[in-house]
Amino acid sequence: MISSGFFYLFALVTCLSGLMVISSRNPVHSVLFLILAFFNAAGLFILLNAEFLAMLLVVVYVGAVAVLFLFVVMMLDINFSELREGFQKYRPLGLVIGGILIAELIATFFEYSDMSTKLPAQQGVHNTRALGQVIYTDYIYLFQLAGLILLVAMVGAIALTLRRRSGVRRQVISEQNSRTRQETIRLAKVQSGKGAEETGQ
Amino acid sequence: MNLVQTFSVALPEFILVAVALSLVLVAAFANSSESEASTLKLVRSLSLGGYGLAFLSLFMLPAGQVVLFNGLFAIDGFAIYMKGLALLGAFFASWLVSDGWGEGVDRAEFHLLVLMAVLGMLLMISAHDLIALYMGLELQSLPLYVIASMRTNSLRSSEAGLKYFLLGALSSGMLLYGASLVYGFAGSTAYADIATSLNDDVSVGLTVGMVFLLSGLAFKISAAPFHMWTPDVYEGAPTPVTALFAIVPKVAAMTLIMNVTYFAFSGISDQWSQILIALSVASMIVGATGAIMQQNIKRMLAYSSIAHMGYALAGLAAGSLEGAAGVVIYMTTYVFMGAGAFSIIMSLRRDDAPVERISDLSGLSSTHPLLAAGMMVVMFSMAGIPPLAGFFGKWYVFLAAVNAGLVPLAIIGVLTSVVGAFYYLRIIKLMYFEDADAPLDEGISRQNRLVLVASLAFIILFFLGIGQLSGVVGANIVAFF
Repeated sequence: MISSGFFYLFALVTCLSGLMVISSRNPVHSVLFLILAFFNAAGLFILLNAEFLAMLLVVVYVGAVAVLFLFVVMMLDINFSELREGFQKYRPLGLVIGGILIAELIATFFEYSDMSTKLPAQQGVHNTRALGQVIYTDYIYLFQLAGLILLVAMVGAIALTLRRRSGVRRQVISEQNSRTRQETIRLAKVQSGKGAEETGQ
Repeated sequence: MNLVQTFSVALPEFILVAVALSLVLVAAFANSSESEASTLKLVRSLSLGGYGLAFLSLFMLPAGQVVLFNGLFAIDGFAIYMKGLALLGAFFASWLVSDGWGEGVDRAEFHLLVLMAVLGMLLMISAHDLIALYMGLELQSLPLYVIASMRTNSLRSSEAGLKYFLLGALSSGMLLYGASLVYGFAGSTAYADIATSLNDDVSVGLTVGMVFLLSGLAFKISAAPFHMWTPDVYEGAPTPVTALFAIVPKVAAMTLIMNVTYFAFSGISDQWSQILIALSVASMIVGATGAIMQQNIKRMLAYSSIAHMGYALAGLAAGSLEGAAGVVIYMTTYVFMGAGAFSIIMSLRRDDAPVERISDLSGLSSTHPLLAAGMMVVMFSMAGIPPLAGFFGKWYVFLAAVNAGLVPLAIIGVLTSVVGAFYYLRIIKLMYFEDADAPLDEGISRQNRLVLVASLAFIILFFLGIGQLSGVVGANIVAFF
């Protein structure tokens, strides 16, 4: 009873904040509503006994991704009302395509009857451990592949944005390390009343 | 299956991963300004060596079907053949760019990213599960988005990269949406389980999921109506990158479509063959008519590749052993025709700047008789003139379509081939019967010449080996049926 109450609460807030994400005029508000949606989705995961996914959603999506969005939105200073100008023109087409998609979704929803048989089998362990067991054994191939994809993303981002400018003094660590005391330090006896330069050593 | 066996079955992939990771280190640690040229040389030879080694290792793989990694990865004769084709195409494309005239893309990162993309293609070909399919597809697509916009000081290159990325992300979304529906209704993401679940009554959800899946994949082979990105990306991307796009990725994507339709969804062939027929007809018509008005040779080849995919899909839509063999033969000829065409285009420059307009080809026969002759052979082959390779590709797919009762499809195919022949022949007319406005630069690099000679030899001598090739292909894909 209580859990179904919470389900409706989380689900309702998720849907409403999802609507606000796409409809609010201020992009910063959109991101904040997105964070609210993430929190409520995490609540839904907890109701499903998937605490690990709930934590992951909060830590990764709220803690990292949404904050990044917020930075980007605040720094880019995009005029969103200008971006929306074409919106009215394309609305009929968008409505038609969206309508078709919704009709298909509803049709498939009625087909979908028996969900219970398709849940993964309980293994008698809590879900963090169960996920770990699956990811690092059965799906190690996909796990490694995800690592390669992230490497590609990193190399790609650097390849596209790194500019080698001439005339920039760079730090050369090997040169710094190979410097000796003799060639860099000059000991001078400084006489009182005169600067180090004037002593002429 | 123990570790040694795993390595021996996935050897080409492991070789490419090892080479790619060592390239990261080489590029990172040897990249000071004085040694840049020698680093680049090392990177080039490492990546070319990687392709060569991976290609050779294909001959050491076991012949029968082997499934690895908990059913996510599988190889069989068909996968080995397609991997060989993809590696060959990648070798050609990387070899073409290493002639020191790479329009600013011949950097260590370029070779690394191409290597990763080729690795993704091999994984796509071996995918035996929807998740593995998606991961391979992303590993292939992400580097291609980056190298399309590699020339960061060119507006067109950046635009091409952005367009490719946005539309590619959209198609990945469609594919994932379809995959989630399939998973929901079949209860599994493994191809084999999906095929089993189709034995009892097929729900609408599975069919809808399959449609989305095929739409996402059709984007990757640029079949109409998912072709919008192709002309712009081909035109905007630096020519060596366009050459890569034209030669390799479609081999892997076509293999994916064949695996998904002939294996995972073999139970509802009446459903997907309708989709493939529609895609095929649309691609053939768009490809043939779109190319007529083009002034830019890269744009023209983009439309030509759309048409080629339409012809290949016609064989696929037949749903027979004959059709599948036809598609494989078609893709084989496609790789060599693409390599030949781009080795010529990349040799044409005026005052050290690339020429891209079709009118720049006029009078080529008097200034560069060998290039003009090569271009003529490639164009005749693309138009499907016997006895060149392109003719046999078309012959096999249309024959399969007719035998499967798809006579209207074959008729449309032949008619669009005739329309297509117009723009291929126009290039030949320009080269042989018009005068040049200004002469093109002399000379052709060693790399371009070798690729050109290899692909011309393949195109011209194809008819000698067609019997053996179709035997090999038929023996390898018979597992589908």
